[in-house]
Amino acid sequence: MSSPSNRSACVEIGGIPISLSTADPVFFSLLQKRYEGFLCDSRPEFELEFDIVEPRSVSDDDVRVTRDGPDWLVARGDFRARLDPSQKKGIVRQNANPFSLDSVLRILHSLLLAERGGFLLHASSGICGGRAFLFSGVSGAGKTTMTRLAPSDITLLTDEISYIRPNELTGTEASGYRAFGTPFAGELAKPGQNTSASIAALFFLEKGPENRIEEIPTAEAVRRLMRNILFFAEDPALTEKLLSTACDFVSRVPIRRLTFYPSSTVWEDVRRFEVSAHV
Amino acid sequence: MSETYIARSSSIAARALAGEMMIMNSVDSTFFTLNEVATAIWQAADGRTPLSEIVRTRICETFEIDEAKAQADAQQFVAELSGHGILLVSDQPLAQEATR
Repeated sequence: MSSPSNRSACVEIGGIPISLSTADPVFFSLLQKRYEGFLCDSRPEFELEFDIVEPRSVSDDDVRVTRDGPDWLVARGDFRARLDPSQKKGIVRQNANPFSLDSVLRILHSLLLAERGGFLLHASSGICGGRAFLFSGVSGAGKTTMTRLAPSDITLLTDEISYIRPNELTGTEASGYRAFGTPFAGELAKPGQNTSASIAALFFLEKGPENRIEEIPTAEAVRRLMRNILFFAEDPALTEKLLSTACDFVSRVPIRRLTFYPSSTVWEDVRRFEVSAHV
Repeated sequence: MSETYIARSSSIAARALAGEMMIMNSVDSTFFTLNEVATAIWQAADGRTPLSEIVRTRICETFEIDEAKAQADAQQFVAELSGHGILLVSDQPLAQEATR
């Protein structure tokens, strides 16, 4: 699919290498810089070719992901894409805007992940004591605040979109899930580290006068989780798979409500939760 | 007065968990949870059994609810879910789109 004049870079997020190619040299250097910490030499599992068109503003329209036979059609005001899952190739027509590029990549990953029992979650995440903690919630709940308050020994995975996959079936982590760093930055404007860790807990954030960690009933946990998963595909089979994954995730990962007062003491409570979970 | 028949849409995914039914619409990714009574109606929505009979046999007898109130609540519930494309509603028996 890639023409001889194209230049390509392989970007590996969440253990899934994707080749990005374009004939536009400016766009190529943009994507190389944007995904600098995630470039790899692995054999790509999917190839995207970008056809760069005249600049248009980033759209606030809802993205639509629909089936056209075996292909996925992805459309928003600022980009169009056709993805062929059988050939593992796709063509994207967009302007050179990096936010459009991020969106296309996130959508592709959300489709690939859904088939593999994973998902993208509106959540910040970091590694503390070798295990990943996720912080989700509505806009303004404190996702970015948690990353700003993180002590220096916390490894930032993302302040915006957490990348979650089932653990490989090895050793003691066989039944859990793993969080990976992503280059998708939010308000912090800082990409996550390209690393991963087994997930210790998912906290749904609420701001309050003091720090408090509380249990959430199972059904409520699934409800909150589903509301924060990035999923766009109008496809019954993938929707079924995603709901099944969410129920499995809730059964395997501790999910709590974390009411917190925005100060660094909140991370002490997170550490204590990690310790008590292992006692 | 004509009967109402209800059937579950094939464009949804559903899972029973901790006494509640979780439903996700694949068309617009909207997500719903149904309580015990609503779940009983949902599970009985086979497209062939009239809604009034579902309410009488599955709701009033099981949950000891006044029938007139239960019938009114069921109509409202059905209207709401059909508005979201999750239930199909007709005054004639329907072919069941999906069995879950």
